[in-house]
Amino acid sequence: MDNDSVFYSARTGPTNPLLDQLPSYQSLLYRRKPANGGSKRRSSSRTRMGSSGSGRWGGATVALREEKTPPLQRPVRELPRTMAEKRRDREQRLEQDRELSSWRQRRRSLHRSLKRLRADLQERLSSLVLWRGDIHLIEGMFGTGILSYFSFLRFLVLLNLVIFLLMFSFVMLPIIIAPHAGGNVTFNQADGSVCSVYPTSARRGLVIFHEHITDLLSGGGFLEQTYLFYGYYKVHAISFPGFTYNLPLAYLLVTVAYLCLSLVWIVQRSATGFKRNLIQDEDRFQSFCNKIFAGWDCCITNEDAARLKRSSLLYELKTDLEEERIKQKIADRSRKERCRIYTIRLILNVFVIAVLAACFYSIYRATIFSQKAQMEKVNFMRDLIYEYLPSIVITLANFITPLLFSVIINFEDYSPAFEIRFTLMRCVFMRLTSIGVLLFSLWSQITQCKEGPCLCGYNHQLYSCWETRVGQEMYKLTVFDFIIIAAVTIFVEFPRKLMVNYCGCGLMRWWGQQEFAIPQNVLEIVYGQTICWIGTFYCPLLPAICTIKYFFIFYIKKVSLVNNCRPATRPFRASSSNFFFLVVLLIGLALASLPVMVGVGQINCSQACGPFVNYTVSWEVLPRTVSLLPNKALRDLLFALASEAVAVSLFVITCVGMFYVIALAGAHKRVINQLREQLVMEGRDKRFLIQKLCQAQRMTPARPPVPPGGPQPLARAGRDGSAGSRSSWGSPSYHTSFSTNHSDAMFLANAPPHGSTHV
Amino acid sequence: MGATASHLGKDLLSEYQELTFLTKQEILLAHKRFTELLSREDKNLPDPRAPTEAILTLPELKSNPFRERIVRVFSTSESRDGLTFEDFLDLLSAFSDSATLEIKSHYAFRIFDFDDDGTLDENDLEKLVNCLTGETDETRLTPDEMKQLISNILEESDIDKDGTVNLSEFQHVISRSPDFVSSFKIVL
Repeated sequence: MDNDSVFYSARTGPTNPLLDQLPSYQSLLYRRKPANGGSKRRSSSRTRMGSSGSGRWGGATVALREEKTPPLQRPVRELPRTMAEKRRDREQRLEQDRELSSWRQRRRSLHRSLKRLRADLQERLSSLVLWRGDIHLIEGMFGTGILSYFSFLRFLVLLNLVIFLLMFSFVMLPIIIAPHAGGNVTFNQADGSVCSVYPTSARRGLVIFHEHITDLLSGGGFLEQTYLFYGYYKVHAISFPGFTYNLPLAYLLVTVAYLCLSLVWIVQRSATGFKRNLIQDEDRFQSFCNKIFAGWDCCITNEDAARLKRSSLLYELKTDLEEERIKQKIADRSRKERCRIYTIRLILNVFVIAVLAACFYSIYRATIFSQKAQMEKVNFMRDLIYEYLPSIVITLANFITPLLFSVIINFEDYSPAFEIRFTLMRCVFMRLTSIGVLLFSLWSQITQCKEGPCLCGYNHQLYSCWETRVGQEMYKLTVFDFIIIAAVTIFVEFPRKLMVNYCGCGLMRWWGQQEFAIPQNVLEIVYGQTICWIGTFYCPLLPAICTIKYFFIFYIKKVSLVNNCRPATRPFRASSSNFFFLVVLLIGLALASLPVMVGVGQINCSQACGPFVNYTVSWEVLPRTVSLLPNKALRDLLFALASEAVAVSLFVITCVGMFYVIALAGAHKRVINQLREQLVMEGRDKRFLIQKLCQAQRMTPARPPVPPGGPQPLARAGRDGSAGSRSSWGSPSYHTSFSTNHSDAMFLANAPPHGSTHV
Repeated sequence: MGATASHLGKDLLSEYQELTFLTKQEILLAHKRFTELLSREDKNLPDPRAPTEAILTLPELKSNPFRERIVRVFSTSESRDGLTFEDFLDLLSAFSDSATLEIKSHYAFRIFDFDDDGTLDENDLEKLVNCLTGETDETRLTPDEMKQLISNILEESDIDKDGTVNLSEFQHVISRSPDFVSSFKIVL
């Protein structure tokens, strides 16, 4: 091919010192050196010629680079060169270092040993990461999409563990070590009023075994007056020698702290995902380049998984291409069709809202019925069912509604990508709001008294310690959730696999093997985490229970995945998965903080139990502590911070900042578009100039060879991405777009090789 | 080179640690796996070169559709056949967790450049897509779909509109691709 002959001639041509004086090459050196060495550019041009190892180019590039070594160098391992070349670079740098002063030398060697120490430390820390081997196995079998689910699960285990440690060390630990450390615990005194009567719920007399099980599953009976629930912490203060430990304040502050900590940790984890998803300025669902260039998970080691990955990639590409065509079709819709579609969508959305309202109402009624039924105990089985009635109704609703939504969405005629997102959003909303409805119905029961406004601010006859009750409901939800996950895996997925494998009838083949549906699984665990966040204020040991629960869920899901499941036909990409998980988790956190804030700030705390007996509302402990501070200036400052003036001004400043950043982003986008157009024009200009040059050469073949500053630079056209400045005629700068190369005048005398650059 | 087939010298190990992104454990594991690939006679050579067929039996590479390209790109021999241990370390370093995005995108570009001409033109892209979806006829895209796909890719990544993707355009589009770092990874 003509291309190859061009390369050969270029290889044997002498290196051109004038080439270094080209403005574009100069700017390349100084601009690119901190980012990547100029040698990198050379090495890529070398690979183009198909040679390896150090040829003439290798020597030439090293010589070039030596003239312009900048003070700041990249580490050798970041250069994309072979090991032998990297070794030579390193030795060169060491030699250069020897020429430096001894102080600089010492500093450099200190640098190096510090880096080595840090690498060793990181290596040791990474070996301590939980479940590394298991996750590596899953990655090899299923790819990075499902892997993201499991690393999300691992993140939740860690988060719950940290929340538990926070709660434990600030609330439980002082109480436990008080007798050993010489602390004096003062309990809340009952003031004798009718509000502070707390009938004990411990069972008396002979306790039948199954009652223990009922207690364990419902959090009542022997579990009620333990560290598990809020009601046990009747401590007012602990006076250690030297200082007094204000337990109610600590309890409140730890609640606020764990919510803030969760927020910060989640946002920090999703920061990279946010940046990418916000910066991508295309209106496609997923970039094709991302799918093609980053499409293959190189970590897959299993043949079957590789085959499935190929077919899922094919499916994904075909669907996305079809979606492009559908978008075109949507844009071409006539007005009549559009009206029809909008009316259908309106009707279906109203239907969805009606279904949601029906579910919420049934949860409300179930909760009220369950609360009333807990007053009279009849027999073991019925009691248990009545206790768990809200959980059962919530689980049923969350099982039926996704199926309904996925059927409805087919009639709404959205693009496939939007369909998936919209169904998911509906399911998320359903799952997380059902907890809110449960809590709302509980609270309506608690604050409703038979005759008019309540005496103590809450219904003290039915709920002498309502926080413990709420804690018990959250405990029951958690336990039931775990039982359901385990039961579905054991009693539905395993038999399904057995039936599909051993019974070849048509129905089984149609049903097929279980697919590991990532969105539904993620919603399950986010649901559990939301319950944990709400319930930790009322049940301080709940984070520990959730840690253990997620720990076991990891193994259950892993076993189920490896044995029962096949990967989903429509792959869930790792990047968008991470982003999606953390967004759903944030929504859960927001929805969880709402009930906690209402419970802390609005509803009167019970007078019979808990640390806040001496206050009307739990939040009151904070203003009262601030007013008791000795320092008047600090007191005034804290009160001023809590006033409306500060809140409003903060809000206004945030809005102004946001508008500024949005305007900046818009301006950047415009500049980017202009630069793109300019690049296209530059490319066209270059091609035009080359054509003219070729024509000129063709017209006068007997002309003496063009001065070295002329076409010869074209021989060295490297494959770097410099846009190239428009230098004067005779020395056009090189541009990587040329797949053809023109060397010196001899070749230009012939017809230029055809390539994509020629029209 | 200072390394016998069975044992890596300590200073050689620390040199490799400095020149690659691999940790000490990973280098030792790589050495072990590499010597398993060598035939009996090769083991006694000073700088043995494992043949391509042996390398392609590694489970990490066996299912990879670009395995032959990967071996070709990292090979330093004249005929681009077979990897020495240092080539193997270069391979693992580029595919490791801690490699920079630039290294990964540079080598990815070389791997995807099937005709080794320094740009990704339509033929390269077509071969790339066929590798990804499978080699048999049922698993390929139709010619219309392929044309649509390639025009979409070029629309997204070809900044100067010359019909090919060069290295810096490729690196630009990769820097905006969120999946690349996690998918371009091989851990022994």
